[in-house]
Amino acid sequence: MIIGNHKESYASDEAIFRTPATRAWMGIAAVAALVFPFVAGDYLLYLANLMAVLALGALGLNILIGFTGQISLGHAAFMGVGAYATAILASRFGLPFWISIPAGGALATGAGMVVGAPSLRIKGLYLAIATLSAQVIFEWIFTNWTSVTGGIRGLNVAPASIAGFRLDTDERIYFLIVGVTVVHFLLATNLRRSRWGRAFVAVRDRDVAAEIVGVNLFRTKILAFMVSSYYAGIAGGLWVYFTKVVTPETFPLSLSIQFLAIVIVGGLGSIKGTVYGTVFMTLVPELLKAGTGLARVVWPTAQSYLFPLRDVVFGLLIVVFLIFEPHGLAEVWNRVKRFFSLWPFEK
Amino acid sequence: MTRRAVIGALRITRIHAPRNQHGKERMTGRPVGESEDRDILSVEGLSLSFGGLAALTLVDLSVRAGSVTGIIGPNGAGKTSLLNCISGFYRPQRGRVTFDGKDVTRVAPDRRAGLGIGRTFQNVALFEGMSVLDNVKLGAHTRLSSGILSTMAFTPSARREELRLREEVENEVLDFLEIEHLRHRTVGSLAYGLQKRVDLARALAMRPRILLLDEPVAGMNEEETEDMARFILDVREERGVTIVLIEHDMGVVMDLCDRIAVLSFGERIALGSPDEIRRDPEVIRAYLGEEAA
Repeated sequence: MIIGNHKESYASDEAIFRTPATRAWMGIAAVAALVFPFVAGDYLLYLANLMAVLALGALGLNILIGFTGQISLGHAAFMGVGAYATAILASRFGLPFWISIPAGGALATGAGMVVGAPSLRIKGLYLAIATLSAQVIFEWIFTNWTSVTGGIRGLNVAPASIAGFRLDTDERIYFLIVGVTVVHFLLATNLRRSRWGRAFVAVRDRDVAAEIVGVNLFRTKILAFMVSSYYAGIAGGLWVYFTKVVTPETFPLSLSIQFLAIVIVGGLGSIKGTVYGTVFMTLVPELLKAGTGLARVVWPTAQSYLFPLRDVVFGLLIVVFLIFEPHGLAEVWNRVKRFFSLWPFEK
Repeated sequence: MTRRAVIGALRITRIHAPRNQHGKERMTGRPVGESEDRDILSVEGLSLSFGGLAALTLVDLSVRAGSVTGIIGPNGAGKTSLLNCISGFYRPQRGRVTFDGKDVTRVAPDRRAGLGIGRTFQNVALFEGMSVLDNVKLGAHTRLSSGILSTMAFTPSARREELRLREEVENEVLDFLEIEHLRHRTVGSLAYGLQKRVDLARALAMRPRILLLDEPVAGMNEEETEDMARFILDVREERGVTIVLIEHDMGVVMDLCDRIAVLSFGERIALGSPDEIRRDPEVIRAYLGEEAA
């Protein structure tokens, strides 16, 4: 049983992975992630890629909502901006992915800056409506600016390739998607433990006091919007090379809501929680799908009844978490960990 | 313990040698004790009203560098409004606030923090979801220079800056205020008296040149009050920080302050040493009513 964790320097106390056990687990996770595509089947690999892209996007939203307390209902639109920018640069100008994806991220950052500008004046519900309008406007642009976005039919993109090596299978693109996502999770962790991350949380917790210690509210909120939409933009770019096609209906309002659900269920302001939330919210619909498949054996028309149930379960989960577990799965995990750190001794 | 005993205890701590446990040079970046014949802060002809309600009317106040100045007055006299004008939350309709020879009347609050105006709040305004350490580190926000990209990449310079900051807040603030054992606790879970101490810690991490304290001992028991009063005196004496405080506890005000300004219905009705204020007929009238005077 671990009874304490002795540190000899401030540097070791400020490290990301602070205990040998954490470091060991992270090492195991890294090895597992590297081996995974070679042992997993197509379906699991597809799910892993999907979850990695969603987790990256959701992390962006968590930085905005969870860290900074600025609500956004337009997160899918920023992902769309990144995706379209990446797709256009790749298909029309033939740029390689290592230029088109960052460029998509940069354009999304710019879009976030513009959409975030009203956040100095408006808060809460009003900001939600303002970002919702951004969602609607961008969706409209994706659909109707046919000459650039390809309209309803969208854009097709050739697989990513580097030095003649084509990332054209789920197995190969996995390394790009998961690699980029892991790096961005580390960047967010660094952000959280340093100057600007603290300023973000300060704005969330008490903007008046943040101002009095010298945090410029406007600059900080805009920065949060920019970082958030950058993450969405990069996720969009990865999405393009994952599915090799981009259409307007890939980035609907319901995706924005799904990101919101991931963040709430996972844990507002928790980086780890974003992973838990993504896994949970991706697997629940898949399990329901599998469940309806099984039910068909004994009840042939089950699908027509159970299929809409997925949306109901989705909504129910958000409500249940908001009421009973407002700190999300991250807090559930911490509780379980605390329990087992003392087990089998009672507290 | 009676008030007299509290005051006695305070006197004793004043005689003690400055508590400088590390034997290091004091890390305030400038000589201890600003010269006392200079006004570091002055407020001239300040008027503030909300709609038709006058909160402050032509208030003048000058604060000598290195002094402890008290602002007292009945409830609703405009004490906190005055502090808010100095720290920049309220923009007065008329008048001027000058800090260190610079007119700051139109300067935004976050910029004033950078100039060296620190403050604490009447009802602690901490970042409740964060640890004590993060709260205190936020006080130093304006003194750090890393941009957002270098903090995300955690470049060597950003890392150095963070570690230097950690060492600095540990030595200069947490240790000084005796809250180092709470560093990883979430602020929201601390008792009220400790939260007030964290509030002061955060203000000290700003390395302010002037510290505005809004009721620093309100709601504290006698022991906590004594501790807080001792910290305030130490801050002034060890770091030469000028202090302006609002307080209802007259024992604390009379003992800590060099000068006291009295506000009543938005007007400054008196200014002077504790003894002068104690005898001032206007003050007695404001506090006790017409007949007593």
